[in-house]
Amino acid sequence: MKRIYLDYAATTPVHPDVAAEMQPYFSEKFGNPSSIHSFGQEAKAAVERAREQVAGLIAAQPEEIVFTSGGTEANNFAVQGIALANEDRGNHIIVSKIEHHAVLEPARFLENHGFKVTFLPVDNDGLVHPEDVQKAITDKTILVSIMHANNEIGTIEPIEEISKITKEKGVYFHTDAVQTVGSIPVDVNKLGVDLLSTSAHKLYGPKGVGALYIRKGTRLEPFIRGGGQERHRRASTENVAGIVGFGKACELAKNELQSRIDHLIPLRDKLIKGIKDNIQDVVLNGHPSIRLPKNVDITVKYVEGESMLLNLDIEGIAVSTGSACSSGALEPSHVLMATGISPELAHGSIRFTLGRLTTDEDIDRVLEVYPKIVEKLRKMSPLVKK
Amino acid sequence: MAAPYSKKVMDHFMHPRNVGEMENPDGIGKVGNPVCGDIMEMYIKVKDNVIVDAKFKTFGCGAAIATSSMATELIKGKTIEEALKLTNKAVAEALDGLPPVKMHCSVLAEDAFKGAVDDYLKKKTGVGLQGWRPHEEDHEH
Repeated sequence: MKRIYLDYAATTPVHPDVAAEMQPYFSEKFGNPSSIHSFGQEAKAAVERAREQVAGLIAAQPEEIVFTSGGTEANNFAVQGIALANEDRGNHIIVSKIEHHAVLEPARFLENHGFKVTFLPVDNDGLVHPEDVQKAITDKTILVSIMHANNEIGTIEPIEEISKITKEKGVYFHTDAVQTVGSIPVDVNKLGVDLLSTSAHKLYGPKGVGALYIRKGTRLEPFIRGGGQERHRRASTENVAGIVGFGKACELAKNELQSRIDHLIPLRDKLIKGIKDNIQDVVLNGHPSIRLPKNVDITVKYVEGESMLLNLDIEGIAVSTGSACSSGALEPSHVLMATGISPELAHGSIRFTLGRLTTDEDIDRVLEVYPKIVEKLRKMSPLVKK
Repeated sequence: MAAPYSKKVMDHFMHPRNVGEMENPDGIGKVGNPVCGDIMEMYIKVKDNVIVDAKFKTFGCGAAIATSSMATELIKGKTIEEALKLTNKAVAEALDGLPPVKMHCSVLAEDAFKGAVDDYLKKKTGVGLQGWRPHEEDHEH
């Protein structure tokens, strides 16, 4: 049976060109970029080239890119780094309720250490309203962090509009762009952000590497202290092979961005339509049109998410769910709850995320098996009465 | 296929035994909480103090469905007294174990069954199952 991977928002397969580019940097060009000798300089040159490739994808300057161990570290770095470096100016931080845990948890950590945090609501489509940001800003506010697009429901946030407000108020603005870099156009100047997090493995690069974009002149403390790597902003010997792979993945993404989008949107829309036409009582989560080209997040009424996921897995189809049951948590996705849906509906969510290897036949196969799975599970459900 | 559950759990999940509603049941147990994502209903038919039939309907994850299925299998044919000895641990063991985060699903299956017995006894004698109350209140969130 052909396995069908529809969980590209969780991770993506490393592109073969990326893997090939990385290969020499394990055993052959293994130098430490901090070393003066030729082994070191060869590795250093590779890291600097990758920095240009990453910067090139988001229209940044190479020196504004700091490599990290991934998106989570980039988010922790941004939130805690700004808070600690700007405490003299204020102690108030604003985030949205639908941020990834990698932003929410650092924010809660700071809250436990004397900072004040405002968790902004979203509307039913998952959109943050810029006027809510405007109203929440006080003279103590030092940072606003709103994600570029949500990993679960795929809604794309109005970052450009929010940055107009943060600029006017003189407040730093961070965006978690882990789901958007390589998926839709990302230009740090158009977005108007001061900090932006990204992760290699979401765009066909390797796991364990990411970057934080830091606009020139931004005051922030390092998150990891030690040696002088990354211009004293992030200690630790560079993950050279990973960084090289990330650079190559960004170069490919830049060249292929439009064709990737053109490939995904018709497949996404076909899947949404097919599900709605073939299964009763389904709801599309997130915004109907302001959404990532890869994302189809739905709620199927009267059925729990993990039980759908397991049935799809048996058919070879890999998806994700916002149901608590799958994560070991007892409460369903904080993102879905923030959009105002009831807990039982949140438990019935399934996320399909498409990618460069997804085919029209894959979507046909999902539409063939998925309605039968729902029918079978609904027969077992006490929420469906005869 | 690599799965987070034992083969037995997957078997009871994919091919659940005793699914469905029951016409004129002698006892119904309804437990669960939509916030946790599990709702279970168990129906029993009792003849001469023996559980002659058991059925269930469950909204829940793989473990919730498998434990419901296994619990109905374990109680069928037993006297009320014998069946009441059934614990959530016994249900989990009969399924070759559950991941630790899923043990609460087996608690739900035990509660659904005991709730059905409680309902049966109330209808029959006017007094429910002595000293019993669902674990629900202790359920941590």
